[in-house]
Amino acid sequence: MSILLYVFFGIGVLFNGLGALALMRFPDVYTRLHGATKCTTFGSIFTTLGVVIYSFAQGGAANQTLAIHALIALLALLITNPTGSHALARAARRSGVKPWGAVVDRWEDR
Amino acid sequence: MIATPITFFAVAGALMLFAAFAMVRLALGPTAADRAVGLDTVNTLVVALMIVLGAAYDQAVLIDVAIVYALLSFIGTLYIARYLEGGLE
Repeated sequence: MSILLYVFFGIGVLFNGLGALALMRFPDVYTRLHGATKCTTFGSIFTTLGVVIYSFAQGGAANQTLAIHALIALLALLITNPTGSHALARAARRSGVKPWGAVVDRWEDR
Repeated sequence: MIATPITFFAVAGALMLFAAFAMVRLALGPTAADRAVGLDTVNTLVVALMIVLGAAYDQAVLIDVAIVYALLSFIGTLYIARYLEGGLE
């Protein structure tokens, strides 16, 4: 069980780091949004699942309460994060930011 | 079985470092949309950080705060996106 906790925390920290690296290194808004949102959502799922597993394994009423609340927080994060990033990408395109290196632009041709 | 709290604090420190990287993008992003992406990333990382610290201190209240923070940051992101689009049509 302890091995599982370390594996989940390792995966979570690795993917959160890749998201932060993508935010630093990618060339324009859309690629940054792609890297940062997907990697931080995946990493946050794994750190939260690590917390849930730890609290259930500890036992006791207080720890089970903590685990269930962490699951609810994970659910809120899973619903809100892709929706917000979708709205951000749509807003960036409508405010006139061009994709980096784009050759064909079907939005402008309409 | 017991993982020591130093594990949780190491994970929390790493998440804080990544949030600092996202804040660099928030400070020097060329367009307003870049800054909004950086702010969204900081919010996600802070929610994950609050959950890990709530487990480290055995305080379920911090996780309740994380739930409310996730929903409020979602509403804030939607407002910023709507503002960047140029308002309601």
